Amino acid sequence: MPVTGITKDIDSLQLAITAEFAAPVQRIWDLYADARQLERVWGPPTHPATFVDHALTVGSRSTYYMTGPDGEKYAGWWRITSVDEPTSFAFDDGFADDHFNDAPGMPVSHNVYTFTEYAGRTRATFVSTYDSAEALQKVLDMGVEEGATQAINQIDAFLATAAA
Amino acid sequence: MTESAEDRADALFHALADRTRRDILRRVLAGEHSVTALAGTYDMTFAAVQKHVAVLERAGLLTKRRSGREQLASGDVEAVRSVASMLDEIESVWRGRIERIDALLTKET
Repeated sequence: MPVTGITKDIDSLQLAITAEFAAPVQRIWDLYADARQLERVWGPPTHPATFVDHALTVGSRSTYYMTGPDGEKYAGWWRITSVDEPTSFAFDDGFADDHFNDAPGMPVSHNVYTFTEYAGRTRATFVSTYDSAEALQKVLDMGVEEGATQAINQIDAFLATAAA
Repeated sequence: MTESAEDRADALFHALADRTRRDILRRVLAGEHSVTALAGTYDMTFAAVQKHVAVLERAGLLTKRRSGREQLASGDVEAVRSVASMLDEIESVWRGRIERIDALLTKET
C-alpha cells in the first residue's frame, strides 16, 4: 500500500496524507503537470475526469469536469497559488458552472502537495484544508465522494489490468 | 441529502464552530457534568455557558437530564463520530487517487 500516513484534524478541517511511490520526484511532478496523466488519476473510475486547461504555473487556472455514470457532468477549477518545481505546488480547488466560471457560494479547498525524494523513491504529502465545516459538508453533498467506495473496490481490477 | 439532514448538518457545524462549545463537548464526552460545574470552569456567566450547552443540545451532540436542582449534561459519542466520518469520506477519495497514481506508475515499469 503506497499510503503511509493519515492525519485528520476535525477542528482545523485539515486532512494530510503521506504516500510513497516507486518513482523519482520528477516523474510524479510530470504526472501532475500533464493533463492527460492527471485526468487518469483525479476522478474515481465511475467519475473520470477530463482536464480542459491545465498548467502548473503560478496564477494559472485549470478547468476540468468529471463525468458520472449517467453522463452528468460536474465541473471544477484549480487556481495554482504557488509552484516550486519539481518539489511542491499549491492550489485552490473549487466548483464551476457549466461554463467553467467559479460557482458562487460553493466551497473551495486549499491544497499543498509536496514531493521529496529518497533512494529514487518519492514521498508525497497531500494536505487539504477546508474553510469551514459547512464547506466540507457541501463538498461531500455535491457527490465528490460519489463512487469513492466503489473506486476502492475497483482498484484490484484496475491494478490487474495495469499489470497485464 | 434530505432537507432535515441538511438542517441537522447546519446545527452540527454551527455547534462545533465555537471553541468553548468544543471544550464543553470534550468534557461531557469524557463523562456527565452538571451545567453548574461546567460554568465554574469558564470565565463567563452561568447564562452564557447554559446557552452554549443549549446549542450543543439542539445539534444533538449533547443530552441533558435533571437530577433534583441540577441539570446534568453528557455527550453523544455517535453524533461526534459523524463529523469524523465526513473526513473519512474525503480520505477514501484520496486513497483512490493515490492507488491510481501507483497503478499508473506500475504500468510503466
